[in-house]
Amino acid sequence: MSTSGFVQDKEMRPGWNRPPLIEPDGEGEVLELAMGPHHPSTHGVFRMDVALDGERVIRLKPVFGYLHRNHEKLAEGMSYLGSMPFTDRLDYMCPLTNNWAYALAVEKLTGQEVPERAEYLRVILGELTRVVNHASAIGFLIQEMGASGTPLMYAFKEREKILDLFEALTGARMMVNYMRFGGCRVDATPAWLDAVRKVVAGLPKFADEYENLLRGNEILMARTQGVGILRPELAVNAGVTGPMLRASGINYDIRKVDSYGIYSRFKFRVPLGEHWDIYDRFMIRLLEMRESFGILEQALKDIPGGPVMDPKAKLRGFRPKPGEAYGRIEGPKGELGFYLISDGGPNPYRYRIRPPSLINLTILEDMCLGQNVADVVLIFGSVDIVLGEVDR
Amino acid sequence: MKTVEEIKAAIEAAVPGAGVEIVLNPSVSAQHSLRLASAHAFEVATFLRDDVELSLDFLSNATGVDWPDKEVAEKVKVTRSVTRTLDGVEQQVEETVEETQKRVVPGCLEAVYHLFSVSKGHGPVVIRMKTVNRTDQVQLPSLTPVWRSAEFQEREIFDLFGIVFTGHPDLRRLLMWEEFKDYPMRRDYVEPDDFEYEPTAHDEVLKRAQEHRAKLAAAEMGQEGATA
Repeated sequence: MSTSGFVQDKEMRPGWNRPPLIEPDGEGEVLELAMGPHHPSTHGVFRMDVALDGERVIRLKPVFGYLHRNHEKLAEGMSYLGSMPFTDRLDYMCPLTNNWAYALAVEKLTGQEVPERAEYLRVILGELTRVVNHASAIGFLIQEMGASGTPLMYAFKEREKILDLFEALTGARMMVNYMRFGGCRVDATPAWLDAVRKVVAGLPKFADEYENLLRGNEILMARTQGVGILRPELAVNAGVTGPMLRASGINYDIRKVDSYGIYSRFKFRVPLGEHWDIYDRFMIRLLEMRESFGILEQALKDIPGGPVMDPKAKLRGFRPKPGEAYGRIEGPKGELGFYLISDGGPNPYRYRIRPPSLINLTILEDMCLGQNVADVVLIFGSVDIVLGEVDR
Repeated sequence: MKTVEEIKAAIEAAVPGAGVEIVLNPSVSAQHSLRLASAHAFEVATFLRDDVELSLDFLSNATGVDWPDKEVAEKVKVTRSVTRTLDGVEQQVEETVEETQKRVVPGCLEAVYHLFSVSKGHGPVVIRMKTVNRTDQVQLPSLTPVWRSAEFQEREIFDLFGIVFTGHPDLRRLLMWEEFKDYPMRRDYVEPDDFEYEPTAHDEVLKRAQEHRAKLAAAEMGQEGATA
């Protein structure tokens, strides 16, 4: 295993926002351990080079790139619309929010209008995606604690119902390729909306059941409370976003701050953590799910008729004027942004994805130092990443 | 929130000689940016973060852009003396001709940062820095000590574009493997044909087997020679 990361470590600490180094206590040897790339808890191919003094973690270096395919370079070689299906494959748990972020960035670049109905559909699909993501993230977190499968299967039972809805609307469960610049690809039928209403009506019951099953669990509380603490000032400085940031007590939800789309019309609260630990991250996700149910109900009540595509939108021969734009949304994992530079041609000159999963891992080492090696798995699980987005 | 002009004025008041330039963005998004001179970028970044009114405490996105050398065709008026035969006599005449000349605009690498304020809820403020050229002078000051979120993103820029961030605490390749030589996100990057080829242990074994066989054959030949 490569130790290059550990060697330079001593000079890199002073003066800036990092925890003090932990020195080995001198008894026994320091063990260097490569967790991953094929470790069951790494959600794919991801490696952590960990240095251990007994059970204690004294260094941790994440190693990326096993799933790297240079998505950004690929996108520079194809038309703007051509990369829309590829965004599905970034964070494959939530393809619809990826579509949305990309469409939003292009709309910022060109100034296209999105019809009312399409905005409502985007909100409905985005919030359903958030429910799927948060439920599964909690399931995976508990799975890593040893509750093999059961909570995850509760989440997946609900996820299947929602994925069936996605399939009915878009034709695919996961690789949806649904949003377009200036609207959505196909309209939803009244029957589909009724089906969504039925599923959404059942969701609060699922959340109650899920919460009662897990919240008071002794093992969960013993292993997560006070573990993996992330201080708020470090969280902001390190660019941590999404449920992670709010679990550290920072009130920053891009749905509120930017009110992109039509989020200013909905009433919802932003849950915040008080103890900044793994248990808070778990609870924040549960509470955010409940807020999403509220948004879904409001959106399903108010959804108007009309077109789902800007009639002036041009799909073929799409050439934005020269310039650049950065568009971002509150994805289920954090701030998902797209930065585009147009030179007036049919392909983007520069296409950049701001991946929340990668940037939320910046502070992984800080949270793990001094903890037991078994807790590293939990701390990592509480960040909630998808490697398709980390490595791009 | 302040406009870019106001931010520029505030920076120049706080960091004298900062050399901030406004880069206009002609698209609808109107996200204009500020180009910082790399000599003062660190102080300016610290000011942007710590100023009470701006308090841009959150660096959201950091990325690179490659601008290769560009050949521009320009029409230039050239005056030169030509020998002409006028009225049967050879004369030197001054003549003005319009000519198309090709000029190479040197390229650069650029690092772009999108800043927001979590405490004030405003943004984005876009700052950018550019390198002197694309080959040997590709250093820029690292902003990781100011905003920790640049740590992995600057490593990614170093990895894919080849900008060297001075002052970065841990500048290694992020996505490509350490032995990789080129910078894949540059516009002129060419994929090698044998990009899947890697010498494997198998090659070594085959080579050793071949040597072994040759040795055996030689020994056999020698033995035969001895008995004959």
